[in-house]
Amino acid sequence: MIFLDLFFTFFKIGLFGFGGGYGMLSLIQHETVERAHWLSTAEFTDIVAISQMTPGPIGINSATYCGYTAVHNAEYGTLMSVLGSATATFALVLPSLILMILISKLFIRYMKTQPVQSVFAGLRPAVVGLLAAATLLLCNAENFSTPTVNPWQFFISTALFIATAFGTGYLRINPIRMICYAAFAGLVLLY
Amino acid sequence: MIPLIEEEVVNRHKWVAKEEMLDLIAIAQSCPGVFAINIAIFIGYKLRKVRGALATSFGTALPSFLIILAIAIFFSAFKDNPVIAAMFRGIRPAVVALIAVPTFRMAQRAKIGWTNCWIPLVSALLIWLLGVSPIYIILVAGLAGYLYGMYIKPTES
Repeated sequence: MIFLDLFFTFFKIGLFGFGGGYGMLSLIQHETVERAHWLSTAEFTDIVAISQMTPGPIGINSATYCGYTAVHNAEYGTLMSVLGSATATFALVLPSLILMILISKLFIRYMKTQPVQSVFAGLRPAVVGLLAAATLLLCNAENFSTPTVNPWQFFISTALFIATAFGTGYLRINPIRMICYAAFAGLVLLY
Repeated sequence: MIPLIEEEVVNRHKWVAKEEMLDLIAIAQSCPGVFAINIAIFIGYKLRKVRGALATSFGTALPSFLIILAIAIFFSAFKDNPVIAAMFRGIRPAVVALIAVPTFRMAQRAKIGWTNCWIPLVSALLIWLLGVSPIYIILVAGLAGYLYGMYIKPTES
């Protein structure tokens, strides 16, 4: 039953999704692409692109989109796919709802204490590793092609990767604008 | 997102005082889940208990949900269009770079140096090469952080 599986998967992602939207992407990718095979890496990358270009939290955007695509890929119709996206989004928010209410009600004064802060301090370097893993897993043939299959696409993809990293990381170009440039480059060079 | 929330919640509606808001932001950021949703739940719960929390979280998620849904329905019809497909062949490597760059920014903020760089390296390799679930990495890192902070760090100084 895909809806039940979607619910538990996104509940887990909501419960363990530390480190903001990007930290959460690593969990979403592992669960939806590597474990459940609901989406291909290329589809997941497209979802991240659209989630980034759309206003609103990237976690909510990508959960909604993944829920839709997962059900759609399982050969269900549009209505069921909408239900899938609602399931994923609700399941992602539910752990937050439970945790934040519990914290407000009972634990708020413990949040600044040494034991709790130690746990958070331990998570921070690991989240960097999660993000690095997400990047490495996305560097595959689906997103870049390979030098043997399609050398031209591989060369252009690598160039676009370097240009975007340099443009957003060093020149501080707006990521959305950078995605638009890449889309134009793809249209002209990879049609 | 933070300035937008602060403007509405602290300055306009005066639901939460400035200092308390800073505390809530810090907690919402270190907790799991979507930051905007977490802070919305805090404020909703503070004002109207569980019903308030339900209202604010629903309100924060709904616009994103509807916009993405519209795009998803639209995009699934045009995915195989050769023009759209070519554009996404260009977008995909760019998106990978957009995830690579924050990795380094986050490393700076987490104060990753020579002594602790093994933590992200080992975590990334376990996930990437051995297919270990990131959830296990989170659990182990949280536990290790607790043990380090409680038993090892006090003996170091």
